Amino acid sequence: MITDGIEDEEKWLAEGIAGLQQNAFYMHRSLDSNNLRDALKYSAQMLSELRTSRLSPHKYYDLYMRAFDELRKLEMFFKEETKRGCSIIDLYELVQHAGNILPRLYLLCTVGSVYIKSKEAPAKDVLKDLVEMCRGVQHPVRGLFLRSYLSQVSRDKLPDIGSEYEGDADTVTDAVEFVLQNFTEMNKLWVRMQHQLRPAIGLSGLQGPAREKEKREKERSELRDLVGKNLHVLSQIEGIDLDMYKDTVLPRVLEQVVNCKDELAQYYLMDCIIQVFPDEYHLQTLEMLLGACPQLQPTVDIKTVLSQLMERLSNYAASSAEVLPEFLQVEAFSKLSNAIGKVIEAQVDMPVVGSISLYVSLLTFTLRVHPDRLDYVDQVLGACVKKLSGKAKIEDSKATKQIVALLSAPLEKYNDIGIALKLSNYPRVMDHLDNGTNKVMAVVIIQSIMKNTSCISTADKVEALFELIKGLIKDLDGTPVDELDEEDFKEEQNSVGRLIHMFYNDDPEEMLKIISVVRKHILTGGPTRLAFTVPPLIFSALKLVRRLQGQDGDVIGEDMPATPKKIFQLLHQTIEALLSVPAPELALRLYLQCAEAANDCDLELVAYEFFTQAFILYEEEIADSKAQVTAIHLIIGTLQRMNIFGVENRDTLTHKATGYSAKLLKKPDQCKAVYACSHLFWADDQDGIKDGERYLYFFEKGNPQITSSVIQGLIELITTEMQSDNSTPDPSADAFFATTLRYIEFQKQKGGVMGEKYEAIKV
Amino acid sequence: MVLVLALGDLHIPHRAADLPAKFKSMLVPGKIQHIICTGNLCIKEVYDYLKSLCPDMHVTRGEFDEDTRYPETKTLTIGQFKLGLCHGHQVIPWGDLDSLAMLQRQLDVDILVTGHTHQFKAYKHEGGVVINPGSATGAYSSITYDVNPSFVLMDIDGLRVVVYVYELIDGEVKVDKIDFKKTATTHSTH
Repeated sequence: MITDGIEDEEKWLAEGIAGLQQNAFYMHRSLDSNNLRDALKYSAQMLSELRTSRLSPHKYYDLYMRAFDELRKLEMFFKEETKRGCSIIDLYELVQHAGNILPRLYLLCTVGSVYIKSKEAPAKDVLKDLVEMCRGVQHPVRGLFLRSYLSQVSRDKLPDIGSEYEGDADTVTDAVEFVLQNFTEMNKLWVRMQHQLRPAIGLSGLQGPAREKEKREKERSELRDLVGKNLHVLSQIEGIDLDMYKDTVLPRVLEQVVNCKDELAQYYLMDCIIQVFPDEYHLQTLEMLLGACPQLQPTVDIKTVLSQLMERLSNYAASSAEVLPEFLQVEAFSKLSNAIGKVIEAQVDMPVVGSISLYVSLLTFTLRVHPDRLDYVDQVLGACVKKLSGKAKIEDSKATKQIVALLSAPLEKYNDIGIALKLSNYPRVMDHLDNGTNKVMAVVIIQSIMKNTSCISTADKVEALFELIKGLIKDLDGTPVDELDEEDFKEEQNSVGRLIHMFYNDDPEEMLKIISVVRKHILTGGPTRLAFTVPPLIFSALKLVRRLQGQDGDVIGEDMPATPKKIFQLLHQTIEALLSVPAPELALRLYLQCAEAANDCDLELVAYEFFTQAFILYEEEIADSKAQVTAIHLIIGTLQRMNIFGVENRDTLTHKATGYSAKLLKKPDQCKAVYACSHLFWADDQDGIKDGERYLYFFEKGNPQITSSVIQGLIELITTEMQSDNSTPDPSADAFFATTLRYIEFQKQKGGVMGEKYEAIKV
Repeated sequence: MVLVLALGDLHIPHRAADLPAKFKSMLVPGKIQHIICTGNLCIKEVYDYLKSLCPDMHVTRGEFDEDTRYPETKTLTIGQFKLGLCHGHQVIPWGDLDSLAMLQRQLDVDILVTGHTHQFKAYKHEGGVVINPGSATGAYSSITYDVNPSFVLMDIDGLRVVVYVYELIDGEVKVDKIDFKKTATTHSTH
């Protein structure tokens, strides 16, 4: 049973600690009485407890730490001893009499530490001796801890430059050699640990080999820092300059990393190298470091390692502008780019999300280090396209997220859509997104444009932009939109509408080209989208018409002269598309807008045509009575403002409008509309005014047919009507009548010409 | 003291992408007690945005509004003032003061707010005021050329109302002020 195993281990640990403490007690007593021989005996017995094979690394560590504390005291004693005249060389010999190799080597390391401090022998010789002797222990866990002890006691005694243990010449090499050797040996032991069985713990049938392996890997992982510590020590050695790092340290470390062929060790150590050594060293040895990557085991999570490297380098680049030339000099981008390519090629089983996240890291690096190199950015996107080619849409949500990150990064960096539009691979990456995400990305792009109020100024750019946002513009792959949430769909289409207003060029020719491009694309959108996208296009074009107004006339000799006439033609055809929606009310309003614009351009026939279209829609498509009231008012209101129509055209349109007004469903609506029409006649000074109580308007304006007696008659009629029993009281009508009467009073009191006019009316 | 924001004819997204950033940074939630909007917002997102500035919002229908439920006219009383709201495309000739005054008499209001022409106007008229806040986005208009974005803020205090006009001219916000006092005699009970 597993539980038994754990309980046994607790028991073994307790026994070990008890044995250790007992011998430590005797050792202390011997130390107190200066009995060197006994002290050595008991300390060796104490250390024998570390010879156990039964403990897991975790428990073994517990035991080791207790022994370590005791050894510090022993070391103090040795130091005292040498002061009292005992020769350190003798001591060094003496401890080697211990019977077992493990206690012997622990003691040797302890004395060795004192030996180096005494400077009776060069540090490098003692260290070399110790690191060689430690080979004697080949049991992985015991060996690892022993060497860890060696590393611990020696780290402040390395013959580094500037250290008091520095020897005659070039002893840094010795220090480096010592640490490298210890590192290499420790790593070998660590790697071997996975093959080691701890027979003491029963391999119960309940634990499959996979579980056992997993457990062992976990235990190994707990010991990784013992190995990594050596790299940390290396990074602390002052004497290691770039040359030495490049020529000795890194090649040796990498050699060990590559050759150990162990996934756990490779991943951990690569990460360790990146974290402990300085950025500028990485930059200068990039080729070597990256060269190791494809040689690692295929299962190593190399993308995380590389991402971390790029992250560090990016931060380094961001730290100071002065380091940037270094990046250029070593061609960091192309080296990283190549390495990533090779890794992706080598690790065929790497999931798509892995390779894309590598490209995201590379892009982040590029944007930070070479913001001016758009070609690099495009290259990264291109590599990503290449990786994705042959695959259909990406379904994996994590991969999708990475692609969105990849595409968003340039937008965030440059805050200028113009940049993204220059990246030829940008839309090609987008093509690999599923339709939903593609749209999300399109919205992100539009939002970026809005946020930065970036104006898009050429037809080519607009064309490129539409390629990016095509997911919003039309149904992709024939997927119908009706499965979409209506609210979301509206929001998307409205964002496209807003976007259209961001297209602008001062040059009318280019602007017309832009409008044509927009038109071409939005007309592919189908009935569901047109109602959203046509109006912004119409008004964008009308703005252009207004700019051209006055410089009318056909410009001869140019290929595509932007004339109002030409634009009106385009507008006409565009509004027509709304009939497929159908959106007759909207189309009618747009026709009227065009009519008025044509009026301002002195294009009578064009204006007349637009009116004709509006009337056709009114007659044939607008059936709702309320919609009719609004539509007829808009027709009348627009017509009232027209001044280019000749008598005949004007009469036709005016009579049509009046006729429709009189045919409205409700009486009050008829009245109001016909009254509104009266303004059409007034301009022509024709008769035909037959309206209710709004005569005052024309009375004031001096219309000869509205005299004071007519008004008087009206007031009396209304008063009688209202007082009669059979009329239903209407408070709002009463109030309006009251305010009207008050207004007449007001005008009378005001005097002057107007006052005189009103004088004759008696309220 | 009550602050009333009056605006209209935003025409988003038909004729403009958004409100000017300078206006947006001025219009913050919590300062305004009422919003009156003459219409042509035109979409829900704009309605929601305005509503986020002040929940007490009154809208009439412009001819381009997608929401057809807005009324053609609306009246409300704020303090001692009766306000009338209408988009204005129904009042022909468009923007004609006498025709608007007629509407003002019909609605029996002290202050009539209308839009449609995209041109800021404020008249004192027969003991009342007729205001057009212009277009808040400076949207294209067939009636008015070179539209500057504008809106109106009314500070109603007792019988007095101060009308502040905010207009964006060449990227700078210009503020104008018109004072109006209601005589207590107008509108005795009928």
